[in-house]
Amino acid sequence: MDGVALLTVFVLAAIVGYEVISKVSATLHTPLMSGTNAISGIVLVGTIIVAATAESAVAVTLALIAVALATVNLVGGFLVTDRMLEMFRRPREQQERGHE
Amino acid sequence: MSETWTALAYLLVAICFIAALKGLSSPRTARWGNLIGAVGAAIAVVVILLVERPDRLLAILAAMLVGAAVGAVAARRVAMTAMPQLVAIFNGVGGAAGAAVAALEITAGEDDRARLAVAAFTVLIGAVTLTGSLVAYARLQELMSGRPLVYRGGQWVFGGLVAATVAAGSWLVFNHRPWLVLLLTGLSLVIGVLFVLPIGGADVPIAISLLNAFSGITVAASGYVLENTLLIVAGTLVGASGTLLTRLMAKAMGRSLANILFGAFAGGSTLGAVTETDRPVRSAGPEDVAILLGYARKVIMAPGYGLAVAQAQHALRDLANELERRGVEVLYAIHPVAGRMPGHMNVLLAEADVPYDQLREMDDVNPEFKTADVALVVGANDVVNPAARTTPGSPIYGMPILAADEARSIVFLKRSLRPGFAGIENELLHDPKTTLLFGDAKESLSKLVGAVKGL
Repeated sequence: MDGVALLTVFVLAAIVGYEVISKVSATLHTPLMSGTNAISGIVLVGTIIVAATAESAVAVTLALIAVALATVNLVGGFLVTDRMLEMFRRPREQQERGHE
Repeated sequence: MSETWTALAYLLVAICFIAALKGLSSPRTARWGNLIGAVGAAIAVVVILLVERPDRLLAILAAMLVGAAVGAVAARRVAMTAMPQLVAIFNGVGGAAGAAVAALEITAGEDDRARLAVAAFTVLIGAVTLTGSLVAYARLQELMSGRPLVYRGGQWVFGGLVAATVAAGSWLVFNHRPWLVLLLTGLSLVIGVLFVLPIGGADVPIAISLLNAFSGITVAASGYVLENTLLIVAGTLVGASGTLLTRLMAKAMGRSLANILFGAFAGGSTLGAVTETDRPVRSAGPEDVAILLGYARKVIMAPGYGLAVAQAQHALRDLANELERRGVEVLYAIHPVAGRMPGHMNVLLAEADVPYDQLREMDDVNPEFKTADVALVVGANDVVNPAARTTPGSPIYGMPILAADEARSIVFLKRSLRPGFAGIENELLHDPKTTLLFGDAKESLSKLVGAVKGL
């Protein structure tokens, strides 16, 4: 794929990202940050590609470390975001819990 | 699997990520959104493993297993008050992974100039994200002082380093030797440290937002290097989010981003005086304050950083419960900079089982103060200081504040009369409508709960 096509993808993603994120509720800014954090963990795909093609032992080691780090980011990010979002309860659920 | 199918799978995953962010527009849909994002990420990983069929599949899976275990334990164990530290670390490891991808691509014999330039940039920003995040973590974890660290000639050292790094990066584009990659990485790591050190403790939320944006930009740039559209889209979404949050936080502090990042270099410190004022204030005991709260129709709680420090969010919720039982309407007014990262106070209160419809953002809640009988300010100071509106010379002038001064009466729970981060006196403390209840926030709140029960 040529550079211009990649640039096109970048610019369009930036516009979509700006539009979607400006509508995120301010109440959820911390989960937004941890959630986007998880999304950036998708660099895992890139680390797998370089780990598969690396030639020297040093390069393989470095790539595998990168794989592990990206997975920490990806798995940890989605899990911790879920844990936080679970706590945001609706008032009705609150009351039901209170009556138990 | 053919290239076309991979590309289509990536498109699906990108849509999942956008849907995940879309879900965050309301707490009702947010959890579903996050799940869709996670499913998207899982699809991407399965597809890449099927497409690449890497020789080192076992080693790669083992590395992933280790990473997943570490990530899962960290996500499960972390205290909600320590969320900023966790996010800082996650930013850092994401940046490191992106930088490693780019560094390996350069040494693997990449020779397209444009791509080498982007790869050098990726290494730079990824390495800065790594060490910058580690410093931010150390600050938040209180492993080091919250004071901005400045030394004489700091800006020249920093400027020199940046120049050297740009030179090394440019050289790399024409002559991609492994040692140049190492040099570039080393310089960038140092820049990351020096970049965050001068940022004061109170401004760390901004640093984290900015590093969040950096980690996204690193991923997007590494996507360009690998010609991988998914990485470009995902990284750009993160970059946009981090940039927006950074701007929002700067706006909420009433300062420019440049002032926050380089203010300490220029000599202006965010940590001000710590002297106590000797002007008269009206203080009262828990019983008096309980009467004020218990017979009110509407009470607005304005929790600040101090509430989180005292871990008093559960005690605040108990007090609200008790007041609601008596028929008092209770709202929470959340200033964007309450807490240690954007939206942190909302998470802390949600953890304490406060329903999210009571959590009101500043612009939404400010008109409500006029009709409130009591504004209860817990562990906050600068965010309710009217000097931000009335005193043009004040360091916080122009910062948007909670209109607590418009309530019929104001109660401050405070440890002492020490000024807040900005080090400026708060006129509101001396207002005739204001009552102070001195003591630790958690203890004071527990006493108030008891006193309201006894009414």
